[in-house]
Amino acid sequence: MGLGATMAHIVSAFDEDLIQVQAKISEMGGLCEELLSKALESVQSRDAGLAREIVARDKLLDAMEIDLEEQVVRIIALRQPVAADLRVLIAAMKIAATLERIGDLAKNIAKRAIPLSSARQMKMTTSIVRMGRETLTQLSNVLNAHASRDVDMAVQIWNQDYEIDEMYNAIFREVVTYMVEDSRLIGVGAQLMFIAKNLERIGDHTTHIAEMVFYIVRGESLGDNRPKGEPTGVDYIRG
Amino acid sequence: MPKWFHPPLAIAAIVVGASMALVALAPPSPLVAFLIGAVLMLVVATIPWHRPSPPEPPLAEPTPVSDTRPEDGKAFARALLQKLPTPLLIIARNGRITFANSAAATALPRMRLETHYASVIRAPAFVEAVNAAFADGGEHGARFVTHHDQERYFEARVALMPLGGGFGAEAQAIAQIEDRTEARRAEQLRSDFIANASHELRTPLAAVIGYIETLQNHAREDPEARERFLRIMAREAGRMQRLVDDLMSLSRIEMSEHQRPIEEWSLNQIAADSAAALQPVAAREGASLCLELEPNGAPVVGDRDQLAQVFANLIDNALKYGGAGSVARVFAAPENRAHPSRYGVSIADNGPGIPREHLHRLTERFYRVNVSNSRNKGGTGLGLAIVKHILNRHGGKLEIASTPGAGSVFTVWLPRAATAPLAIRHPEGVVPGDAGAGADLRSA
Repeated sequence: MGLGATMAHIVSAFDEDLIQVQAKISEMGGLCEELLSKALESVQSRDAGLAREIVARDKLLDAMEIDLEEQVVRIIALRQPVAADLRVLIAAMKIAATLERIGDLAKNIAKRAIPLSSARQMKMTTSIVRMGRETLTQLSNVLNAHASRDVDMAVQIWNQDYEIDEMYNAIFREVVTYMVEDSRLIGVGAQLMFIAKNLERIGDHTTHIAEMVFYIVRGESLGDNRPKGEPTGVDYIRG
Repeated sequence: MPKWFHPPLAIAAIVVGASMALVALAPPSPLVAFLIGAVLMLVVATIPWHRPSPPEPPLAEPTPVSDTRPEDGKAFARALLQKLPTPLLIIARNGRITFANSAAATALPRMRLETHYASVIRAPAFVEAVNAAFADGGEHGARFVTHHDQERYFEARVALMPLGGGFGAEAQAIAQIEDRTEARRAEQLRSDFIANASHELRTPLAAVIGYIETLQNHAREDPEARERFLRIMAREAGRMQRLVDDLMSLSRIEMSEHQRPIEEWSLNQIAADSAAALQPVAAREGASLCLELEPNGAPVVGDRDQLAQVFANLIDNALKYGGAGSVARVFAAPENRAHPSRYGVSIADNGPGIPREHLHRLTERFYRVNVSNSRNKGGTGLGLAIVKHILNRHGGKLEIASTPGAGSVFTVWLPRAATAPLAIRHPEGVVPGDAGAGADLRSA
């Protein structure tokens, strides 16, 4: 066996490492999708049991993040990658941290769904679940963009987040209007507001993953002039 | 296997021994014994047997022992799996997809050979099933949902392949993945349809019943009131009919929503044709409709009738809600970085516009900005829902921008034909990379 064969072996073992890291990211992403999807289901169907399941399942995501981080550190230490390979690994760590946060936000939505399940049904729930579905689609698309290194799709998602911002603003207005009209709804309204805010944050994290996909492929950052929705609701503040 | 071992002889010996034992234990009639013996001999005689070739001097390359070479067996197994209509993936222990049949390529358009399966199906239930199959060698099932653009429901079964088969000596798992979206959707549609339709039909129906009762009682002899009531009843009945038509077309579109269209058309031409067909509506509403489009151009892959319905609904809305004296314009949308590699056609009106908080809900079924205004104009509350579902099917988007007091712009974005993700891409199985996808379909 010559030197060439040994070299080839080292390179392919490294490729194998990179593929395993990517697969881990996909697995974490899949778990995030499941957490978010089930959290929305628990809000919609007022299912406290399902909500508790999600809260427990989020621990798995935390463990996966730690696992992935260790794996990446080991690869960097052992193989000392450069250029594109290094970018893949750095991005993997950042994406893992982002996904872990998305999981936390989904868990928080589920936690808020538990008290909501015993409160009376509110019309706004439909809007929020709809916003959640849109967020889930964006998350799913960005994970696909990451798996297939699709820069076009990543840029598109990055530019489309303002739609989720707009939904958030509309829900904010709606919830405040209900709370102004009927003070008994303040408790439920506040929970719904936080759920909507969590979804909006998940949308922002999704754009961060899109930025990472761009960074992996192009080696530069996507910039900071992302289209954003204007904050609303300030007109409710009276001096 | 020892050299002297000859399976048919061994089986014959076992058979003779067994029948003798049988006769000794419970002597049956001679005829029965004879029949058993004859049948068993026939079975043994039909067992195919290849005598092992005598040992040859060792060559540079080992020669296959039997007539069927392992490569032939491998090719045969692959060809067999390739032809099966069920999507099948073979996954190596390190997670790489080593084989996928053509049904799998169609069901999972993002699938590439030699990538990790989690980059194609990342649903935790599926990942857990694969891990469990490798851990305990048993068969595991999983149900999961994917959320890319539209929700799709899948059912999968994962089992280990027999070792040393046509796919290598290493342990590999075979996953069978069935798309259950259609069944789930049919189920969901049925319940949605009943809930929506009954709710929306109740109002006009109540009106019609009310007028019928009035006509049966005190308005019986009043010809003037009778005329007026019949007019209202005809209008309400017409509304119910439109509603039923819209609901039917919506459910048809939803049923076909996850089948990507395969024909190529000019988006501009479809928009121009729809606008031309709506000129009479413009005249009736007292609005004007300006077409500022190059005919032809903007090639997209789509279903012509459905895209025509998209433009008809949007232009009809622009004319109706713009009102008398307004101007509706149809024009090619300038390129937009939020919609790379898509063609856009905009429909703009200078009507009253839509307040911002309503914009993101416009495509919900039966969502109306102003309920009475919409009903007076004969709207069913389904027009934009139909638009959204058609564009979903085409991988497109509806963009809505509106300034209260200045008017609204509805833009239809569709993927350009050359880059459109076609459902039927590789009829011959999996080809890594998607260069030139769709080109062969266009020429067909």
